[in-house]
Amino acid sequence: MAVFFLQRLTTLFITLLVASLLVFLVMEVLPGDPAAVILGVNAREDTLAALRAEMGLDRSAWERYFLWLGGLLTGDLGRSYTYGVTVWELVAERIGLSLPLALMAIVLSTVMAIPLGVLAAARRNKASDVGVMGFTQLGIAIPNFWFAILLILLFAVHWQILPAGGFAGWDAGFWPALKTLLLPAVALALPQAAILARVTRSSVLETLGEDYVRTARAKGLTRRAALWRHAVRNALIPVVTIMGLQFSFLLAGTIIIENVFYLPGLGRLIFQAIAQRDLIVVKDLVILLAASVVVVNFLVDLLYAVLDPRLRGGGHAL
Amino acid sequence: MKKLVASPLASAALAAGLALGLVAPALVTPALAAKDSLTLAMPLEPPHLDPTAGAAAAIDEVVYANIFEGLTRIDSSGAVKPALAESWTVSGDGLTYTFKLQSGVTFHDGSGFDSADVKFSFDRAMAEDSVNAQKGLFDSIAAVEVPDAGTVVVTLKQPAGNLLFNLGWGDAVIVAPETAAENKNNPVGTGPFVFGRWVKGDRVEMVRNENYWGEPAKLAKATIKIIPDPAAATAAMLAGDIDAYANFPAPEAMAQFEADPRFKVVIGSTEGETILAINNTRGPLSDIRVRRALAHAVDRQAVIDGAMFGYGTPIGTHFAPHHPAYVDLTGSYPYDPEKAKALLAEAGHGDGLTLSLKLPPPSYARRGGEIIAAQLAQVGVEAKISQVEWPGWLEQVFKGTDYDLTIVSHTEPMDIGIYGRDTYYFNYQDADFKALMTKLNTTVDETARYGLLGDAQKKLSADSVNVFLFQLAKHGVWNKDVVGLWENSPVQANDLTAVYWN
Amino acid sequence: MLSEARAVSLREFWLRGRGQANLMIGLAVTLLLIAVAVLSLVWTPYPINAIDIPAKLQPPSAAHWLGTDQFGRDVLSRIMAGARNSIAVSLVAVGIGAGLGVPLGALAAARRGWVEEVVMRFNDFTFAFPALLSAVMITSLFGPGAINAIIAIGIFNIPVFARLTRGAALSLWQRDFVLAARVAGRGRTRITLDHILPNIASLLIVQMTIQFALAILAEAGLSYLGLGTQPPDPSWGKMLNEAQTLMFLAPQLAIFPGLAIMATVLGLNLLGDGLRDLLDPRLRRLR
Repeated sequence: MAVFFLQRLTTLFITLLVASLLVFLVMEVLPGDPAAVILGVNAREDTLAALRAEMGLDRSAWERYFLWLGGLLTGDLGRSYTYGVTVWELVAERIGLSLPLALMAIVLSTVMAIPLGVLAAARRNKASDVGVMGFTQLGIAIPNFWFAILLILLFAVHWQILPAGGFAGWDAGFWPALKTLLLPAVALALPQAAILARVTRSSVLETLGEDYVRTARAKGLTRRAALWRHAVRNALIPVVTIMGLQFSFLLAGTIIIENVFYLPGLGRLIFQAIAQRDLIVVKDLVILLAASVVVVNFLVDLLYAVLDPRLRGGGHAL
Repeated sequence: MKKLVASPLASAALAAGLALGLVAPALVTPALAAKDSLTLAMPLEPPHLDPTAGAAAAIDEVVYANIFEGLTRIDSSGAVKPALAESWTVSGDGLTYTFKLQSGVTFHDGSGFDSADVKFSFDRAMAEDSVNAQKGLFDSIAAVEVPDAGTVVVTLKQPAGNLLFNLGWGDAVIVAPETAAENKNNPVGTGPFVFGRWVKGDRVEMVRNENYWGEPAKLAKATIKIIPDPAAATAAMLAGDIDAYANFPAPEAMAQFEADPRFKVVIGSTEGETILAINNTRGPLSDIRVRRALAHAVDRQAVIDGAMFGYGTPIGTHFAPHHPAYVDLTGSYPYDPEKAKALLAEAGHGDGLTLSLKLPPPSYARRGGEIIAAQLAQVGVEAKISQVEWPGWLEQVFKGTDYDLTIVSHTEPMDIGIYGRDTYYFNYQDADFKALMTKLNTTVDETARYGLLGDAQKKLSADSVNVFLFQLAKHGVWNKDVVGLWENSPVQANDLTAVYWN
Repeated sequence: MLSEARAVSLREFWLRGRGQANLMIGLAVTLLLIAVAVLSLVWTPYPINAIDIPAKLQPPSAAHWLGTDQFGRDVLSRIMAGARNSIAVSLVAVGIGAGLGVPLGALAAARRGWVEEVVMRFNDFTFAFPALLSAVMITSLFGPGAINAIIAIGIFNIPVFARLTRGAALSLWQRDFVLAARVAGRGRTRITLDHILPNIASLLIVQMTIQFALAILAEAGLSYLGLGTQPPDPSWGKMLNEAQTLMFLAPQLAIFPGLAIMATVLGLNLLGDGLRDLLDPRLRRLR
C-alpha cells in the first residue's frame, strides 16, 4: 500500500511539474506584451520598459520560470499584472462565486438525477423509463450555453422575474445573491443531471442483477425495499465517482456559462486574464485547476485501492 | 421612521442631529427629499483605479473629476477649466506657466494638498521608471518648481499650446506621495467623491466628500455598476436597477428606450473617428488607386445602419464633425462600386484581390467588418476576416503592422497629428503632411490654425490614407429625472459632480 | 466483451437494426444533417452571406422561413451552411483523435512496459487540463479560426481513443486466438493489424459517433466564445453569440441555431446508442 501510495504521489508531482513547464512555455510564446496591453497605444518605449521591469518581465525566461515555481511551492502566487492585487486575493474573491455555483449545480443535478435514474431502473422498459431516457438524451444533446440563453429569454426577457446576468455579491444578502446564481446553476445542472441519471440507471440495473439483491428478495424483502436498501446503496459508488469528476469539471469548466451570464467567477477570470495577457494569473490558475483535477484523481485512485485490493498492483485505476 | 418625522419634537431632534452631522441622509423619508443616490452603469470594468498607471478608459470613467482632480479639468463641452489651479499666467514667450493653487484643499485621507504634491505627481509621471500611459503629455515640460506652497511654476522646453488641455487629462491628476502606491485599489484624491469600496466584477461605490474644497456634489452616494452584456443592461434599465447608462454598449437597444417615457435617450458625440485603416506600404495598398477604390467600395451609411443601427455621423477624413475646424469631405469618394472596379482594374487587380481584415473586439469593428467585407466582395476584393483580441491587435497590427486592413476607432481628442508621426501603424509617410503638422505646432493664431487643420484634412482625404467611416456616437440613456450627466464625451469620463435628481 | 464476428454485412445490419427506434431515429437525423450540408453546397434559399441591411431582424415569414439576422441575412440559409461547417470541423477533429489515439493505444497494449507508461501518462496529463480551457489557450496562441478549433478539439480526442483502444486491446491480447498467432511466430504489428483492430472496430465506430456529437458541441462552444469559425462563414455557435445581444429585439434568432445543434447531437447520440446495441449485445442487457 505504501509503495502504491508513493508511486501515485510521484506521478502526481511529475504531472504537475510538466504541466507547469508547459503552461509557462505557452504563456511565453503567446503573442501580446502585457505592458502594452496595460499602457495602450500612446505608451512610449521607455514607459513600457519601466513597466516590464516593475512586473519582473525583464528577467530571463528561465529565471522567471524558477522564481514562479519557487513561489508556487512556497504558496506565493505573485501579483496580477492587471489588477495589482495578489493572485490569492483574486482567487479568494472568485471562488466565493464559483464554489457556491458548482455546489448548487451539483445539488440540483443530484436531486433531479438520482430519483429519475432509480425510477427508470425500477420500471425498466416501461413508459416512465422510456420517458426518463428520452429526457436524458435531450439533456445531453442540449448545449448548456444555449439552454442558458433560453432560460434568460424566458425568465429575464419574457417574464422579467430573474436577472439576465451579473452577480449581486454575497454582501447584497443571501437571497439576492442566490437569485443571480439560480439560472446559471440550472443551466449547468441539466446536462450533468442527464448524465448522472443514466449512470444511476445502469448502475442500479447492474446491482439489481447481483446475487445479494436476489438473496434479499428471496429472504422476503419487498421489491421496493430490496431496491432502496441494497441495489441503490451499492449502485451509488460509481455515481459518487462521477459526481466527483463533475465537480472538478464544474469549478473550471464553467467558462462558457460564466460568459453567458457575465459572472465574475474563476472561469471568466482565466478567460479575461488570457485576453488581457495577465499571464501570471493564467499560469497560476491553470496550475491550481490542474492540481485540483490531479489530486481528485489521486484520491479516487486511493479510494479504489482501499475498496478493491486487486488494484494495488500498480495498474491504472482510471 | 415616518412616524418620527411626523412628530414636531422628533423633527426638531432630527434637525439637530442633521446639524451635528450625526444623522445619515437615509433618515430623510423619500417623500420629503429628492433622491440623492445614483446608480450608473458602464460596460467595462476598470483593471484598477489609478489613472496615472494605465491606459484603460474604464479607469477614467470611474475616477475622473469624481475622485481625482488635476490642475485643470475638461468640461462637458471639451473646454479647459480651472480645477486645483485656481488661476494661471503664461509668460510672453509661452515658456513659463505659473499656477496659483486653490487653498484649503485636502486629500480624502485628511492630509493637506499643496504645491509639493503637484511637483511630486508631475515628477513621478516624467521619471525614468514612470509607468504613465500618456508620458508624452509631459514631454514639453523642462522643470517643475515650487516657490511656495500655493504656487507651481512649470517651465517648458518649447512653447506648447495644448499644455493646459494636456494637464486636464486623467493621466495628469494630482496624487499624494503617501498614498500614490496604493491608488490602484484604494484611490485617494481631492475630488468631490470619496472612494467607498470596489466589489470586483460588480460595482464601485463612492460617497460625497463632505470636506470638499469647492462646490460639494449634490449626490450623497454614487454607485458605478459594471454590466457588459447588452441584454443584462437592457433588463437592468427596464427593471430600474440602474438609473443611467452613459454609453450603452448596444445601439440596437436605444429604440426601445426611446419608446419608454420613463427614460431619456441622448445621442451625443464622442472623439472617436472610426476608420477602416489601411497599411499604406503593403503590396497593392501602396497604390493610391487601390486605396481610392476601397473608399468608393464602402457604403458608409450602410455600415452605420447595419453596425450602429443608424447612430453615427459619416466622416470623410480624420476629424471630428463637431469641431469648428471640420471640413466636410464625405463627398470625395461617394459609394460607387463600378468606379471602384474600374480603379482596381486600372491598377491591375481586375481579376480580384485578397486582403486581410483584422477586427478587434468592439462591436463597431466586428459588425462593421462583416458588412465591409461583404461590400468589398462586390467589387472583387476578398477581405479575409480574423477576429483578434486587443493584445493581439496591439502586437500584430499596431506594433508589427502585420495587416492589410483593420477597423478601429481613434478616441483621443484632436489626434490628426498621428498621421505625421515617423512610425505609426498606417505606415503613411508623407513629407508634405509632416510639414503641415510642424507648421501647425508653431502657429498660435486660431484662424491660421483652422486653415492648416483644413489643409491637413483635405490632404488625408486626397491621399485616401484610410477609409474614413463615421464618428462614433455616445448612446446615453438615463432616467428622465436625472439631470447633469454629460451628453457628449470630449474625454472619457462619467463626471458626476453636477448630477442631481429632479 | 466483443463480438468476434468480422464485419457485419449491410443486409444483416439492416435486418437486425430496423426494429430499433434509437438507431432508426438517429440514422434518419444524421442522414438529414448530411443531406442538408451537401445541399447547402449547391443551393440555399438565399446566398449565405448576402447582406441586406434594410431587411434586418425580420421575424419568420414566407420569404424568410426562419427570419433574418442583424445584417438581413437569411437565417435558414445560414443554418444550412452551418451544418456543413459543423460536420467538417467535427469530422476532422474526430479523425485526428482516432487517427492518433488508436495507434497510440494499440502500441501501448502491444508493447506494454515503458511505452505504455508514457502513453498513459500523456493521457492522464491531457485529462488534467480542463479541455475547454486548453482549447481557449490553443486558439489564443495560434489565433482563432476553424483550423485551430479543429486542432484543439482533436487533441482532446486523442486520449479518449488511446485509452479505449488500449483497454480493449489488452483483453484481446490474452485471448486464445491471439496467443495462437503469437505462438505461430507472428509479429506484434501483424497481430495488431490482423486480429486486434478488426475486433475492436465496432467499439471504435460507436465511440466515434459519440465523440462526433461532443465535437459538434465543442465547436459550437468555441465559436460562441468567438474562438472558432471566423465570419462571414456561418457557424451555429457564432449565430447564438450574435443573437444574445439582440435578445430583446429578435428573440427568435437565439432559438433556431440552438435547435439545430440539439437535433444534430441528439441524432448522433441515438445513432451511437443504437449502434452499440446492435454491435455489442452484452451491453444491451443493461439498457
